[in-house]
Formats: sequence, structure tokens, C-alpha cells
Amino acid sequence: MISDTLTLAERALVRLPRNPDMLLAFTVQPIMFVLLFAFVFGGAIETPGYGDYIDFLIPGMIVQQIAFGGFATALGLAEDMTKGLIDRFRSLPTARASVLAGRTLADVATNLLSMVILLVTGFVIGFRFDANVPEILAGVALLLLFGYAFSWIFAVIGMSVSSPEAANGVGFILIFPITFISSAFVPVESMPAGLRQVADVNPVSTMVDALRSLWLGGEMGNSLWLSVVWCMVLIALFAPLAVRKYRLSAGA
Amino acid sequence: MAFSEELAISAQGLVKSFGDVRALDGVDLAAAPGTVLGVLGPNGAGKTTSVRVLTTLLTPDGGEARVAGLDVVKDAAKLRSRIGLAGQYAAVDENLTGIENLTMVGRLYGNKRAVAKRRAVELLERFSLTEAGGRPAKTYSGGMRRRLDLAAALVASPPVLFLDEPTTGLDPRSRIDLWEAIEELVGDGTTVLLTTQYLEEADRLADRIAVVDHGHVIAEGTADELKSRVGGMRLEVTLTHCAASFAAISALESMSEEPVHADGELVVVQVAERSGAIMEAARRLSQAGVGADDIAVRRPTLDDVFLSLTGHAPADEEAAVEAELELVVA
Repeated sequence: MISDTLTLAERALVRLPRNPDMLLAFTVQPIMFVLLFAFVFGGAIETPGYGDYIDFLIPGMIVQQIAFGGFATALGLAEDMTKGLIDRFRSLPTARASVLAGRTLADVATNLLSMVILLVTGFVIGFRFDANVPEILAGVALLLLFGYAFSWIFAVIGMSVSSPEAANGVGFILIFPITFISSAFVPVESMPAGLRQVADVNPVSTMVDALRSLWLGGEMGNSLWLSVVWCMVLIALFAPLAVRKYRLSAGA
Repeated sequence: MAFSEELAISAQGLVKSFGDVRALDGVDLAAAPGTVLGVLGPNGAGKTTSVRVLTTLLTPDGGEARVAGLDVVKDAAKLRSRIGLAGQYAAVDENLTGIENLTMVGRLYGNKRAVAKRRAVELLERFSLTEAGGRPAKTYSGGMRRRLDLAAALVASPPVLFLDEPTTGLDPRSRIDLWEAIEELVGDGTTVLLTTQYLEEADRLADRIAVVDHGHVIAEGTADELKSRVGGMRLEVTLTHCAASFAAISALESMSEEPVHADGELVVVQVAERSGAIMEAARRLSQAGVGADDIAVRRPTLDDVFLSLTGHAPADEEAAVEAELELVVA
């Protein structure tokens, strides 16, 4: 099981750089987003309690990028389904769960890569930690857990649609609003009533708040342990669902 | 081992339904070790579903099947290391190179990286893909992809190999290459179950052929046995004027023991031998002063097998099923 999972994770990582669309999504796109937000919107957004918008933005941007990190899983699984590779894997003496476990494990590696790219971009335009090393590392660990939880959501999406194109569409429509109606890019207080309540209970907000207090100092509140609970709940919900979908996909 | 004496593939009364559609309705199949069983039938006949049940991808609703001495349901996990499957979609990862694809499959069989890699190199060599082995599979031609797919099915040197329409969509040259590769495997003792829509393919490769339709095996036998049920080759003459059909019949009737049929401009004669038939027909027709636009010898096709076994062509069958489904829906 473990060696099958590693083999399949390696496969997902080896093929990634050969797919120009995906490579751009993990490298150039996050840099572009940081620059657009920081310099187009940044001047117009008030972030009381934070040094400047760039400090406020970087944790939010990283959370958003990590939430989308599982896209490779959705696209990859949808592609494997349509191209018959899932049948090949099933016909091999390979642990059944390893196809999903390998994909989601590969996402952890790509998430780490996007995190580094975003942090470096952040440093270049003036982002600074206000934290000690354990706090910084705790933030990284929390982000990876959060990304892993979202990978399982994407795994379910990838196996619920008929094609990689559909996975792309469904993924964006579902995940984009979740990341935007949150404290990731603007203070929740600036949103109209209704939207604000949604943003308050959104796990993305909880996650961003926890990360900001870990990396920038400030009031922690419940956000850290609440984010961990959220991640666990998402994994407990979506991992079994993904495994079930995988089993059913052959019509067995 | 015990199964070397028994059948390499045996299925009795396999049933599988998807909703209201009964894809398999009591399929019986048998293949002796080291032989090729051709499963012949139109789209939707149940060929692929049969392969999916025999390769443990689907659990049958009823019936029993054993492959390489193992039960496809109870011993599914064990069976997977003794079979190879190459499907009609050429299931290779397009973004991996040839060697990466084969190495990955080898490792998923539980081999160490070095062992898997050595086997990959060996298989690439065998299927003339050594040069292309370092390129991503998306740069391969259709024929090369099928060869890579077949190589992936052979990574563990399985005693039983399932090929689901391995040559569908290939050009004639690639088709012949693949046939030669399959023949070589069978020569080494591999048992092969091959599904196909082409009688010609079954004819060349298969020791025995099972014709399936609507989830049933409607005929089983050697290629010669099936052909004799269909009839021999047909000499078809298209006359310049249909008024000449009587003259054409009398000119041609001594060529065959079977009666000559005429339908408008088309005159059909059953012939035993292909060679010389066209020359002979042309000579006779010109002696009788009958003009012909076209003279051709046609081998029996899958359509002819169906025509003779079911009384209508596969296309009609599909239309009939659709009409039936519409009735059910209404």
C-alpha cells in the first residue's frame, strides 16, 4: 500500500511539469495574483490592525492558493477515468486506496512548492513575518493539513464529472466563492450583512485568521484549533466519499 | 500445477445488469491454455463487459468464472498478478515517457525500481519502442501507443492476457504489427482472450471464436466452422444493364454448385476459390456479350456471420433494440 501510494504520487509529480497549463497554475498564476491584489486593490483596501495590505494579503493569498492546490487531483482523476488508466490500475495487484492516496500526497508536495513561491514573492514586495520559527512552522503545517483536506474535496469532484474540462468548471464554481467570501483578501467587517455572516463561519476565514495570528502576531482566539477541527471534519467527510466514488466508478 | 490441465479461461452463465440493461445474459466461454479465444460481436454485444468481469474489474450478478485456475470473484486479489489487460483506449499515461509508463506498472506489480526498469527496457526493445522510450507517450502514433499498452499488459509476464479490441482504429500496417506481436506471445504459451469486431482479425489469430450478441454467445467454433455456416466467398457482378441478368446467370451458373442469385444489376455467385474467379467470370461474361461495370470477390464478413446466425445484420439488431427500448420507455 505505501509503496504503491509513493509510486503513484511520484507519477503525478513527474507528469506535472510536462503539462504547461498545470505548471503555470502552480507557478506564474500565484505570483500574478499577489501582484494584482497588492498593487491594484491594495491601495483601496483598509486593513486596520495590520502593518500594510501586503502583510494582510500574503497569508490570505497562500490559503487561497492552497485551497486550489487539489485541482491537480480533480483534473488527474477525471483524466484517468476518461482515458482508461483507472481500469489499468484496478487490474493490477495494487492497493485500491493507493490511487487516491497517491494523488492527494502529490498535492502536498505541489502545495509546498506554491507556498514557497508565494512567500518569496511576498518577501520581494515587502512581506515580513512577526513570529518565531515554531510559529512559522506551525503555520506551514496547518496549511498543508488544510490543503490535504481540500484535495479530498477535489478528488470527489474529479470522480463526479465526465471529463477534465467539467472538473475544471465545477471546481472553479465551487471553490472560488468559498475562498473569496472570507477574510482572505479584505477584512470581513467591510462586507454587507448577510455576506459577512457567511464569511464569518467560512472555514477559509478561520484558516486565514489562524495563519495571520501565527505569522503576524495578534489575537489567536479559537481560530487555530477550530481550523484543525475543520480540516479533520472535511477529511472525515470527503475521504470516505471519494473512496466510495472510486469503488462505484467501475459499476461494480 | 492443476490448472495447466484445466481451462485457462472458463465462464459459465455470466450475468451482469446495469440498471434495466442486461449486458451479460448467461455468457459461457472457454479457452484451453496456450490458445487464442476470439470474442466476436458488434458494439454493445457484451464483449467489453465480459472482459471486465474476467479481469476482476466488475463483479458479476450471476454465474461463475475461473481464470488461470482462480475464481474471478473469490480470488480476485490473487488473480490480478496473473493476468494482463490491454483495453481499447490504450491506457497509457500520455505525460509519462514510454519507459516511465512501464516502470510505473512494474512497481505497481510490487517490483523494486531497478527490476521494473530492466523489464521496461526489455519490453520497449521487444516492441520496437527503444528509440521512442524517452519521449512522452503523447508524441506517439496510434500504433505505438497500442504497442506500449500491450507492453504494459505484459510487464508481469502473465499466463493469461485479455485484449479488448486491440486494433480498433489502427491503420492496416500497425494492425499487422500488433497481430505479429500477439502471435509471438501465443507461440510462447500465453493464453489470449481477444475481443474484436473484425472477422478477419479473429480468423487470423483465434483458435476458437465465440460470437456474442445481446449478452449471449450465439455461436462458438473454429473460424472454418463458422465460415461454413456463413457460406463461402461471393463473386459479385454489377451488370451494365439489368436486362442482361438472365444472360449473365446462364453464363455463370456452371461456376458454382449453389444457385446464382440476381437482384437488379447485381448478380451473386457462391465460389469455393478466390483465385481465378474474377478472370473466369470476366471471360464468360464477355463471351456471352454481357457488359459488367464491376466484378469482385467478397469474403464473408461479420455482417454475413450475423446475417446467417440471426437472420439480420448487426445494424438492424441495434435498430431493433433501440425500437424496443423506446417501447419500454413509452
